[in-house]
Amino acid sequence: MAHQNGKESLQSKLEKNIFGMYLFMALAVSLAGIVEIVPLFTNPDAVKDEVVVADGSTKSLLWQRGDKKLSDWKPGDGVRPNTALELAGRDIYQREGCYLCHSQMIRPFRDEKERYGHFSLAVESKYDHPFQWGSKRTGPDLARVGGKYSDEWHILHMRHPQALVPESVMPKYRFLDDATVDGESIQAHMKGLRKVGVPYTDGDIAEAAGLVKGKTEMDAMVAYLQSLGNMIKFEDGVVYRE
Amino acid sequence: MNLTERYDLDVVKWFVIMASVYLVIGTTVGVYIASELAWPFLNDLGTDLPYFQFGRLRPLHTNAVIFAFGGSALMAAAFYIVQRTNQTRLWSNKMAWFTFWSWNLVILLAVITLPLGLTQSKEYAELEWPIDILITLSWASYMYNFIMTIHIRNRDKVPHVYVANWFFMGMMVMVTYLHVVNNLSIPVDWFKSYSIFSGVQDAMIQWWWGHNAVGFFLTAGFLGMMYYFVPKQAERPIYSYRLSVIHFWALMFGYVWLGAHHLQYTALPDWAGSLGATISLAMIIPSWGGALNGILTLSGAWERLREDYILRFLIMSLAFYAMATFEGPVMAAKTVNALSHYTDWTIGHVHAGALGWNIMVAAGALYHMIEKIYNVKMSQKLLGIHFWVHTIGTVTYIVAMWVSGIMQGLMWRAYDEYGTLAYTFAESVSAMHPYYVMRAAGGALVVLGAITMLINIIITIRKSSREQASVQAATA
Repeated sequence: MAHQNGKESLQSKLEKNIFGMYLFMALAVSLAGIVEIVPLFTNPDAVKDEVVVADGSTKSLLWQRGDKKLSDWKPGDGVRPNTALELAGRDIYQREGCYLCHSQMIRPFRDEKERYGHFSLAVESKYDHPFQWGSKRTGPDLARVGGKYSDEWHILHMRHPQALVPESVMPKYRFLDDATVDGESIQAHMKGLRKVGVPYTDGDIAEAAGLVKGKTEMDAMVAYLQSLGNMIKFEDGVVYRE
Repeated sequence: MNLTERYDLDVVKWFVIMASVYLVIGTTVGVYIASELAWPFLNDLGTDLPYFQFGRLRPLHTNAVIFAFGGSALMAAAFYIVQRTNQTRLWSNKMAWFTFWSWNLVILLAVITLPLGLTQSKEYAELEWPIDILITLSWASYMYNFIMTIHIRNRDKVPHVYVANWFFMGMMVMVTYLHVVNNLSIPVDWFKSYSIFSGVQDAMIQWWWGHNAVGFFLTAGFLGMMYYFVPKQAERPIYSYRLSVIHFWALMFGYVWLGAHHLQYTALPDWAGSLGATISLAMIIPSWGGALNGILTLSGAWERLREDYILRFLIMSLAFYAMATFEGPVMAAKTVNALSHYTDWTIGHVHAGALGWNIMVAAGALYHMIEKIYNVKMSQKLLGIHFWVHTIGTVTYIVAMWVSGIMQGLMWRAYDEYGTLAYTFAESVSAMHPYYVMRAAGGALVVLGAITMLINIIITIRKSSREQASVQAATA
């Protein structure tokens, strides 16, 4: 098998030279990543952050913040970083493994639109380090759960899901009432996120400790859930994804 | 000279033992979290503690079965095969023991940190950054030692490196890439870090990792086992050398593209998802080529399946491998994916691979190594019990998830005669209950099988040391 027409094949040579084979393997497995992953960083269309509106002008989907404070933002103003309290909630969302049963990614299907709302855009998770799209819906999608229920509903539901939804298989999160959010570590988390590209200002970080003072983990969780999915105001006749 | 004097097999022995211990632990946690979905009160058992809740234990289950059990089995097999096929001792026995202790330390840290909620929240890459660094060191020592052992072989006796070694090496190269890139993050303290990637890029990198943890860790590495242990146990050469060359390079090149099929119809650009799905369809060719290469090794010796349970494990694993690698491309096709994504069907598919392929081929490999290392026959009765209990448990599990997954998908998209959604989400949850019970029962059978395997291994080792003692007494 090794020799064909008296000439040794490349395969045969590699089988004798383990370092050569190593090199060929390293090349073979690199190709897909270069083709599939690199364009997501280099092509701005992968995370489209502006759209053409009815009058033909372009509009940014990101919050045009200027020198405003995070608390000046109103639903629909555009994609922004999480507030300090929401970030504390997001940390808890990660810690409790919520992403294992809840997705945050609505697909462009009729039934998903009716059940959950407008399909998700890439830009909506631009500041999500790491992404929380999920892969399984043991519970419903949460991408646009913000504003859907009252704060009181969420608190009761987290404490005892089956009291509100008898069929639910969700665990109880009563312990979130007993823990408070630590201001200093939230500041450290915001600084870390700023390093990876989330545009927090010095002012945001400075005021963070004061904003979460005395808040429970339950408050943080509810604030995070209420922030999901209402950053962009979707308009009819605008193409959000080609 | 017997095997244990010619080769460094102590470290292999301990990886085998730890693999069978971790299989019991990992599958037990799996059955517990499966039961939580059937009976939610198990999440807190009347306490207000979070440590046993689904969200905390699910990463422990996946890490325990993939990296603790799967990793230990892969390390045992790789260190065994590389010595046997290259007819040399390990390049460094000491370094192999470093791999052993560091890998087990990683597992211990996982058992502590995951229930505490310390997680990066990336599936199968939950462990926080200090543990990730330890994994990198452990993995690098494993790879370096493996390659150097091949390098120091006697080239006059063994000019060509055997195919099983290529598969192990391919896995080692790719898993290094995947682990390092996917875990790039900025630490904010000892137990918390944020991925440097976000949103769509992070999703693509995560599933590039996620699918290739399957494609390389659980496929290429385990195929390395298959290419050695199937011919050895059958006492016949592999069916086709040419097919194994094609199988190997097609797998190396092709598998890496598939991650994008996890993100179809999401905010990932459409071309990437479609590309992933297209190559997924093509992957059925190398996958089935590999499965056939293993199964046909038996041609002319089929009757051996009648009395050899170890061979049965190996051949049944290939049947499940062929089934799962047919199911995978089907689920990657866009129309099917629209239904199957986010449902239990995905969980069923993973377990067709994990229970049917990985555990069975590893069980065959571990049993074979124990018999060779201790030079003794294992209890055929216990082997038979393990084989049947495990097979029935696996089929029960997969069938339950097929039904529940497809039912979920259909209920979510069903409309009534007035054009409104026919079912609330909660109705789809309660419809799952019988299948979640059935799944837990299937899983419990798998645990039972794993316990049988552990007992059989312990009995065999004790019997062998008793026999050795009596031989020594007789010759003294």
